[in-house]
Amino acid sequence: MTRRKSDCTVEYSPGSGALSVAVESSVKPLFGRAIEAAARAAAAEFGVAAGELNIDDDGALDFVVGARVEAALRATGCTRTAAQRHAAPIQEPGPGRRRRSRLYLPGDQPDLLPNAGLFGADCLILDLEDSVAPSRKVQARVLARRVLETRRDFFGTSEIVVRINPLAGPFGLDDLAELAGCLPDAVLLPKCESAADIEALASELDNIETAAGIEQGRTLIMAIVETARGVIAAPSIAAASSRISALCFGAEDFCRDIGARRTAAGSEALTARQNVVIAARSAGVQAHDSVFSDVDDAAGLAAYCAASRALGFDGVGLVHPRQIAAAHAAFDPSPSELDEARRIVTALDDALAQGQGVVSLDGRMVDAPVAARARRLVGLALDAPGAEKGT
Amino acid sequence: MDWTTNSIGRAVPVSVDGRLLRPFAGAYADSAVADSATSRSAATACTPMRAAGGPSRPAPGRGRPDKLAKNWDDLLDRMDLRSGMTISFHHHLRDGDAVVNEVVSRLATRGLRDLTIAPTALFPVHDRLVPYIESGVVARVEGSMNGAVGAACSRGKMQGMSVLRSHGGRQRAIQDGDLHIDAAFIAAPCADPLGNANGVLGKSACGPLSYPVPDSLSADRVAVITDGLVPYPCAPRSIAGGDVDWVLEVESIGDASKIVSGTTRLTKSPTQLLIAELTARFIEATGIMREGFSFQAGAGGISLAATVFLAQRMRARGVRASFAHGGATGVLVGLLEEGLLGSIVDLQSFDLEAVRSCRDNPRHIESTPFDSYGPRAAGSAANMLDVAILGATEIDLDFNVNVNTHSDGLLLHGIGGHTDAAASAACSIITAPSFRKRIPIVRERVTTVSCPGEVVDVVVTERGIAINPKRADLAERARKAGLPLVGLGDLMRQVHAITGVPDEPRFGDRVVALVEWRDGSALDVVRELAPSR
Repeated sequence: MTRRKSDCTVEYSPGSGALSVAVESSVKPLFGRAIEAAARAAAAEFGVAAGELNIDDDGALDFVVGARVEAALRATGCTRTAAQRHAAPIQEPGPGRRRRSRLYLPGDQPDLLPNAGLFGADCLILDLEDSVAPSRKVQARVLARRVLETRRDFFGTSEIVVRINPLAGPFGLDDLAELAGCLPDAVLLPKCESAADIEALASELDNIETAAGIEQGRTLIMAIVETARGVIAAPSIAAASSRISALCFGAEDFCRDIGARRTAAGSEALTARQNVVIAARSAGVQAHDSVFSDVDDAAGLAAYCAASRALGFDGVGLVHPRQIAAAHAAFDPSPSELDEARRIVTALDDALAQGQGVVSLDGRMVDAPVAARARRLVGLALDAPGAEKGT
Repeated sequence: MDWTTNSIGRAVPVSVDGRLLRPFAGAYADSAVADSATSRSAATACTPMRAAGGPSRPAPGRGRPDKLAKNWDDLLDRMDLRSGMTISFHHHLRDGDAVVNEVVSRLATRGLRDLTIAPTALFPVHDRLVPYIESGVVARVEGSMNGAVGAACSRGKMQGMSVLRSHGGRQRAIQDGDLHIDAAFIAAPCADPLGNANGVLGKSACGPLSYPVPDSLSADRVAVITDGLVPYPCAPRSIAGGDVDWVLEVESIGDASKIVSGTTRLTKSPTQLLIAELTARFIEATGIMREGFSFQAGAGGISLAATVFLAQRMRARGVRASFAHGGATGVLVGLLEEGLLGSIVDLQSFDLEAVRSCRDNPRHIESTPFDSYGPRAAGSAANMLDVAILGATEIDLDFNVNVNTHSDGLLLHGIGGHTDAAASAACSIITAPSFRKRIPIVRERVTTVSCPGEVVDVVVTERGIAINPKRADLAERARKAGLPLVGLGDLMRQVHAITGVPDEPRFGDRVVALVEWRDGSALDVVRELAPSR
């Protein structure tokens, strides 16, 4: 297997002799001892004191070495003997926090993790689903658990979200079980097609939170609808649990499902996207648009984000940190919008103080609904976390 | 007054005002000097003693000088090279170069040993020199080492002690006589039979032919090797035929696909992009980016992206730069043609666009090491820079920069123009990630000092900007602009919290290379790695 940057491969051969750890590494003169120590610590968690560990490394950090050793041990049937670590979420809970950007990180790629929090994404998605091959599901799951256990500082002020595999499939429940001791801020559930999908996840989270002694309902759910059935069930999905913070749309799978071809204009998914926004709003949760995946198309991204916002979405999915600034610029109120909103709020407040429910501003009528929208804009600008970052 | 009679029977004084005269001895009598002198300085000192053997140069006389060698053997016979000599090369055929390996292997076949190689830089293609290092054909390198050759030096495989110099430092060492070149082999994409040569024409076009200019002026023996022989006069010319002793036409001087292999695609690395964006923000926010400013940025991922982001800011603010200096890329050429850039002052082309522009655009100016970086020059292009964006393998808490060795002690890179630009530009910016893979870039003490912190103003990393306390002016402007500032000590501790603290590499006692500052003073040494590895 070829070396992957900031990663290592580990092979474990059980045996009767005392545990030996052989390290080949591009950073061996500097970190050879540290790599061996991290490997022995992980082996000790499994009570493994015999056999051979062979490590081929290209600069993996300790938590990555631990994850790869653990996966190798588990592949040979070893089970954990040490108590599972527990790491409580560190973010303030907030179903209503801003989510202009949700940035996907391939779950099995450790080199992206240490700097993930530097880019100012509102949500960081550790993806265990589409970006991870079936043969690597365990590796990715263990890596996600270990980074959540030990290195939450990597994610900065971003909301930490894990995209698990669908619960009905072969991987979803194992993903959840792995995360039991180190729940992220939210779980992103793909391929939602009914309220029952959400209820099943919510019920699992109830059990995990109870067992871990965490406040019930602390862990949020972001639900992706990306099939015809999902879009039709969107209203009941969005309302299926108080844990739901956002309803997301997945265009790629949706178009495949309905037999449509994706176009730049996006008319094939327009109705579905509108349905997602309406369903989200009717349930009082945020609406999140599909991923824009052409990293090199800056103009296309800007246009896509502007169109998403015009439809009523709160944010979009992204695949590269360099897309974040454009998304935030599109979903942040512009200075002129903010200025107008502030004037509307002031005008109506003044009118209300004088017993008037309606006032005219620049020749336009301002009443309660108009002012409410203006108040929302002003509020968004105030509580955007890290609004300065990534711009 | 004493008199003597010259060869045509005229009486001439033996001396005038104390100056000894040489009586006329025939119109071409002086040819003996050119024919026999082993060095140019000796030739001008009028010593018509013919050394035993000696190079066979065309005598100055009537008609076309016979400079064209028939083949490699004829050339090397005429050059009369011997063991222990210093032979020089330039690097602008980059990883496509075929000349260095050809010459060294032929000299090895001829039984020469103990050679000093003085290249302006080496590339991975020159890893093939390693067996000649191990067998003692190549005893040391003066100038620049990269890759496997550097690693061989680190492992103590070279018999002599090498010297690492910047491009400017190398030019100075030649000018001052510290680096005496016995023979210069100048690979030239286009040349005429007199030796006039350029790098912008021919099937192996590489752009400027700047780096070998000092060699052509000072080496005892100068050979041009070309695969693009054209009738006299070769124009434009970077190398003057009058400085060239021999010309050899060969089938190929290198692999064109690797001569200009640079990519102008923007890096995909999120961390590199973040550093580049922060660098561009710094340059704008501190007021360096103003109408008519100038900059140098290389062809590495961060530098190229910083150039792109800086250009976006220039466009948005309606600001134009007077010139960019250093190496040329398609990105810079685009800015030149767009009008955002007044000129490119170029020492090396990295891609085909840059070669084309250097050939066709009068505002794309070919420079020389003296004009660009010369430490003895009364001002150079680098002195005209408002800002230089440079890289590093390590930076320490005193702002010292290492570009030569990796943290494990292996010598893997040359200095290039790094120290010349840093010491000469009005503001020097080092861009680097705070760690690579697992290796911290910010260190308590760098493994090797390539550039003293005295000339390093700013360090931009993905975790913030560190400003040398000597540059309170820049720090003040950056603070006012709300840029994320960080102390190098804090940065190192942040990085250690991610990577862990690395062990120190183990070295032996033997010094394998000297790091020379651009003025010739000894800046640091590189030690042999501990033999156990």
